[in-house]
Amino acid sequence: MTGKISPRDWSAQPPYLAPDYKSTLLRAPSKPLIPIPHGLMEATAPVFGHDAVGPLDHDLTRNGRVNGEPLGERIVVTGRVLDDAGRPVPETLIEIWQANAAGRYVHAADAHDAPLDPNFTGAGRVVTDGEGRYVFTTVKPGAYPWRNHANAWRPNHIHLSLFGRSFASRLVTQMYFPGDPLLALDPIFQATADAGARDRLVARFDIGVTQPEFALGYVFDIVLRGAMATPMED
Amino acid sequence: MRNSLIQTPSQTVGPFFAYGLTARQYGYKGGQIADAVIADETCPGERIVITGRVLDGAGAAIEDALIEIWQCDAAGRVAGPDTPGFRGFGRCGTGIDPERRFRFETVRPGVAAGEGGAPHLSVILFMRGLLSHAFTRIYFPEDIAALAADPVLALVPEARRETLVARRLAVPGLPAYGFDIRMQGDGETVFFDV
Repeated sequence: MTGKISPRDWSAQPPYLAPDYKSTLLRAPSKPLIPIPHGLMEATAPVFGHDAVGPLDHDLTRNGRVNGEPLGERIVVTGRVLDDAGRPVPETLIEIWQANAAGRYVHAADAHDAPLDPNFTGAGRVVTDGEGRYVFTTVKPGAYPWRNHANAWRPNHIHLSLFGRSFASRLVTQMYFPGDPLLALDPIFQATADAGARDRLVARFDIGVTQPEFALGYVFDIVLRGAMATPMED
Repeated sequence: MRNSLIQTPSQTVGPFFAYGLTARQYGYKGGQIADAVIADETCPGERIVITGRVLDGAGAAIEDALIEIWQCDAAGRVAGPDTPGFRGFGRCGTGIDPERRFRFETVRPGVAAGEGGAPHLSVILFMRGLLSHAFTRIYFPEDIAALAADPVLALVPEARRETLVARRLAVPGLPAYGFDIRMQGDGETVFFDV
């Protein structure tokens, strides 16, 4: 059962220890990872169908409403989930969480003094269609200070969690916005050394996705580990 | 041969995942896809509890870790239409318990037909400060012969194997196991490149 799923491409991934991101210092494993072959558990994933997602889960501008519209710049985010051989990954559950337009999370531990928005929770879910495509609607998250270093601000970003088709393809990532001046200064974004891989984390503005009189549009494609295109000899 | 597209880099789950991933556990409104019950009372097999902490390099219990457990059922099957009461997957954050413990309820796993090796739980670990999630396993201390023959444990230096074996807890109720995860330093838990 070995060699069926493509390896984690460490040249495209951030290291565990990234000293500029100070939270890694005491949390990064210090010993090398031990490679193991893929058995049944590594090759399979829980099955989450459309029934795991409620009718408003994909629309963060509506799923947290109490008495009005969430504040901020509405955006539509769409893209495809593909494996690293370029094949679409249908029926993939994506979980989403983010700060509000002022840069504040609903989370009780968020001590930033920016305002909470009573009509925005910042959490949602969406499942990819038969072509691996997803669409969700939200507001653009604000930047916020995070005390990693003097005058540290996180770039605008949305967190995404994906299962893919296997234990091995599990991914949590963040989507960033094009042209953000904070990206060059962000130790989390910059921890991925390879510029081509880092670019995968930045969505693309697309006027064709923009909905007239409603919301700006962004495209964010996500590439997961997949079955090997060609059997690997090792 | 390498596949053609660059994999999307992993990024930290951050400290504020709870309202998105474990909303009910943390008391937020909103849904979630799973909780810390991997198998309910209707699921065949021996019911067990797994609990533990995630410790940083200074030995402090981490308050914003998220643990996922993936496993086979008692017959060695993955979750599906033939495994009622068995989700095969659970998720628990460490931010609610006063001692920063995670706690899962499940059934003792079996071994898939043809796989051999010792029964185990597969673990994915996320937290602030972890840019890529970490994979580990939880084995059971009673399975002495199977542990000695397990092909994955055989890849682990002998002195580090004990970091992958839970300890039986002497507590009333369901059979309970403790499993602390040490991120670095002395007694560092073995993490796998899966």
